[in-house]
Amino acid sequence: MYKIAVIGDSDSICGFSAIGMTAMAVSDEKEALEKLRALDPSVFAVVFVTENVYGLIAEEYDRENAIPAVIPIPGTTGNTGAGMRDVSKFVEMAVGSDIIS
Amino acid sequence: MARKTVNPTRMELQSQKRRLATARKGHKLLKDKRDELMRRFLEMVRENKALRAEVEAALAESSKNFAVARSSMAPQIMDTALLMPSQSAELDISYKNVMSVRIPEFKVEMCSPSEGDMYSYGFAFTSPELDVAVEALSDVARKMYRLAEVENACRLMAEEIERTRRRVNALEHVMIPEYEENIRFITMKLDENERSTTSRLMKVKDMMVKAQIEARRKA
Repeated sequence: MYKIAVIGDSDSICGFSAIGMTAMAVSDEKEALEKLRALDPSVFAVVFVTENVYGLIAEEYDRENAIPAVIPIPGTTGNTGAGMRDVSKFVEMAVGSDIIS
Repeated sequence: MARKTVNPTRMELQSQKRRLATARKGHKLLKDKRDELMRRFLEMVRENKALRAEVEAALAESSKNFAVARSSMAPQIMDTALLMPSQSAELDISYKNVMSVRIPEFKVEMCSPSEGDMYSYGFAFTSPELDVAVEALSDVARKMYRLAEVENACRLMAEEIERTRRRVNALEHVMIPEYEENIRFITMKLDENERSTTSRLMKVKDMMVKAQIEARRKA
């Protein structure tokens, strides 16, 4: 059985630990990236990352494998649209231009 | 364009022809793979967008709930209340094979110790706003897991489509024209050789006939 992790600032993630996810509080993007790299993919299959610490992960994290799935979610600081931009990037990668916008 | 590194021999011609046939077959197969992947991808990415919009809206709502809850009680009490989860969420992974892309599917099991009891705290010291917030988040979580599954699948498929497209293009614009060019080159060279052999034979025959006529005249 795999677990689910949430990485983000402590305010955004406190609720998630109450519903059974493993919450990891970080204070900046660098720490988030390190935490994510340190995660064991044979334990955590899904990692939700709040958008305010997602920037560096989007650039640097090497997503070679299918697991873990790293998914950006909006935190308490509001929705910056980073998640939607990711989806648009997939469409651009596959089709050549973002045809679903 | 012409790369004259091939030997103009019949054997080479045969092997180039065989390679061309393989390349054409591979090109067709890869093109089919790309088209089918694209179809599935577009279906999935639409769901992804819709789901993401839904989850993002729900999470915004939920963080508002938690802000309200936080304001109505001491932060330490709230932190302690949420610290030890009574619910556990775990997931099983099974892999689905879509056009040779291994896509993980998540099967989530959220269990709480007893039916309807999802709270990790007693009700004595916490505000009712927290109960509402936790319950709402628990509903969002199911959608979040589905989002994780779909978005992960979209990413894997997008990568595979890009790879496949590169291979299709490489075959179509580099390999196949190269083989065709080689075959043309070898055929021309062989024909040329044949013509030169013929003309040489004619010349030799001419010389032999001339020599015979000379010999007869002397005799």
